Amino acid sequence: MDFLTIIQLLDSTIRSATPLLLACLAGLYSERSGIFDIGLEGKMLAAAFFSAAVAYMTGSAWMGLGAGIAASMVLSLIHGVASINFRGNQLISGVAINFLAAGMTVLIAQDWFAQGGRTPSLMSGGRFEPITLPFADALAGVPFLGPIYAELISGHSILVYIAFAMVPLTWWDLFRTRFGLRLRAVGENPESVDTAGVSVIRLRYAAVIICGVLCGIAGAYLATGLQANFTKDMTANRGFIALAALIFAKWRPWYALYACLLFGFLFAIETRFQNIELLGFTLPVQFVQALPYILTVVILAGFVGKAIPPRAGGEPYVKER
Amino acid sequence: MTLMTKFLGAAAAVALTAGAALADPALIYDLGGKFDKSFNEAAYNGAERWAAETGGSYRDIEIQSEAQREQALRRFAENGFNPIITTGFAWSSVFDEVAPDYPDTKFVTIDGYSGAENVQSVAFSEHEGSYLVGMIAAMASESGTVGFVGGMDIPLIRKFACGYAQGAKAVNPDITVISNMTGTTPAAWNDPVKGSELANAQISQGADVIYAAAGGTGLGVLQTAADEDILSIGVDSNQNHLFPGKVLTSMLKRVDVAVYDAMTQGDGIAPGVRVMDLGADGVGYAMDDNNAELVSAEMSAAAEDAKAKIIAGEISVHDYTSDDSCPALSF
Repeated sequence: MDFLTIIQLLDSTIRSATPLLLACLAGLYSERSGIFDIGLEGKMLAAAFFSAAVAYMTGSAWMGLGAGIAASMVLSLIHGVASINFRGNQLISGVAINFLAAGMTVLIAQDWFAQGGRTPSLMSGGRFEPITLPFADALAGVPFLGPIYAELISGHSILVYIAFAMVPLTWWDLFRTRFGLRLRAVGENPESVDTAGVSVIRLRYAAVIICGVLCGIAGAYLATGLQANFTKDMTANRGFIALAALIFAKWRPWYALYACLLFGFLFAIETRFQNIELLGFTLPVQFVQALPYILTVVILAGFVGKAIPPRAGGEPYVKER
Repeated sequence: MTLMTKFLGAAAAVALTAGAALADPALIYDLGGKFDKSFNEAAYNGAERWAAETGGSYRDIEIQSEAQREQALRRFAENGFNPIITTGFAWSSVFDEVAPDYPDTKFVTIDGYSGAENVQSVAFSEHEGSYLVGMIAAMASESGTVGFVGGMDIPLIRKFACGYAQGAKAVNPDITVISNMTGTTPAAWNDPVKGSELANAQISQGADVIYAAAGGTGLGVLQTAADEDILSIGVDSNQNHLFPGKVLTSMLKRVDVAVYDAMTQGDGIAPGVRVMDLGADGVGYAMDDNNAELVSAEMSAAAEDAKAKIIAGEISVHDYTSDDSCPALSF
């Protein structure tokens, strides 16, 4: 395997990991505050549809992004109302959101565009085009570092850089700010937060809204960054893989980055190689395609140690009288 | 209890068939969905053409899960629809189960196969059509590498890939054919993002023409090919118009003709296997204003020549499904 192949493999890793990373961080905020969220998939799907539809109608990718975030936030708030105010079962609410998004997007798309649940292809202004970082072309000739900068780091859409910037930001937010301390506390022991005179409900809503924003960016990246239209079920279970990555990362931002990059890398290998020759054996492509899932089971079964979710996760908070 | 259910079911069927005066045809789309711009949409277009020409009406349904196959088939049969047409390869076992229960109804399975007495199995010679687009691809390629992206990894899709590789190698024996399958589950028909990644991976390996036989996933392949300024080849329906000037051609599979013929024949459908090959114009390649500049006179002359030879039997294109192996490509 030559150097260029490795660069291309890593480049593909970054593209595959970006939607996972955004969804994973979205889940991290929500679950750290004690709201389990298996509706990441549905929120991404709704965001993908509305970003593609609005970007097509306005011709602006940024308007599309805004619409995607808004759609995802609406679903987040539904989840919030169900699980915070009405103290409903968070898993059931999440499943409902997935179903709602899968059905509604196709229905609305058919009604608006009559193309069978697809949105029309976007022209160049409606998409997040790859951006070339400064000096990328000039430095491309530099041995070793040149290709890394020009091929790997440069040449992604702005949303990729936003996603990767979210990792340190999330870390700082969770572990270095007052908001982060309270957010983590509300997921572990909401009574103590309440005793300190901080509103549990307000904190949990804040987390759920941040979750909506990040899922919105993830969906918009799929539909207007990687693709140029929405197609039915285009998230293809990425929301659930992000959820696996979150558990894998034990609800910590840097580990979430590593977990998502690992999954992205496995997807990149799977798309690049059909059958892999290894020590004289041929690994069939079916095995390579199953690898991310096998890995999830194996790693969760013992390698990362015990993944302990936030203690108050899934429990609606009832104020004591 | 089961006897009781049967009686009730029969009574219900009688009551319902009494309502339908004349038997309308029914069409059941496969999991890729009605408007996939490809296979199922071709079936829809055939049905629409029949409806427009005869003024008749038909019913159709998009199934949403594997479990709905038998349910949809029985519902249509019990409601007196005739003939009932399905698209997709996965119907074979369902027909063996359901068709004998409704001996007065005619069924048509496109891409599937059933030995039941009242079922017509329509088989397309996709390997022959793919052979022709493989030739065109090899002649259009400047890098000497062409790609193939399949949907779900099933023998039918390997048949496409195998024909394509044989055609490409007939033009240029040294050509490299890269073949990738999207996945092993029906979700592989609907993942354009992964289609894009596969196309990117093939482009980075030097491919400059990519043939997508992957339903909705193929749209991602065509999109990426257009973005990266290389050529792509569409499948089943004419997809040349999706990215004008970027889609080299499309391998046509005349599912619309099969559906139209079945609806026209109505109850007179002959059971057994109906082969739609090059000679019967069941497969072919698409030429229109969108790709007129891409396909040179030399390319189309070579393709037409090969087409005549295949029909005459001078060239035989190996069919992957005949022995589950391919001389031109390893999977």
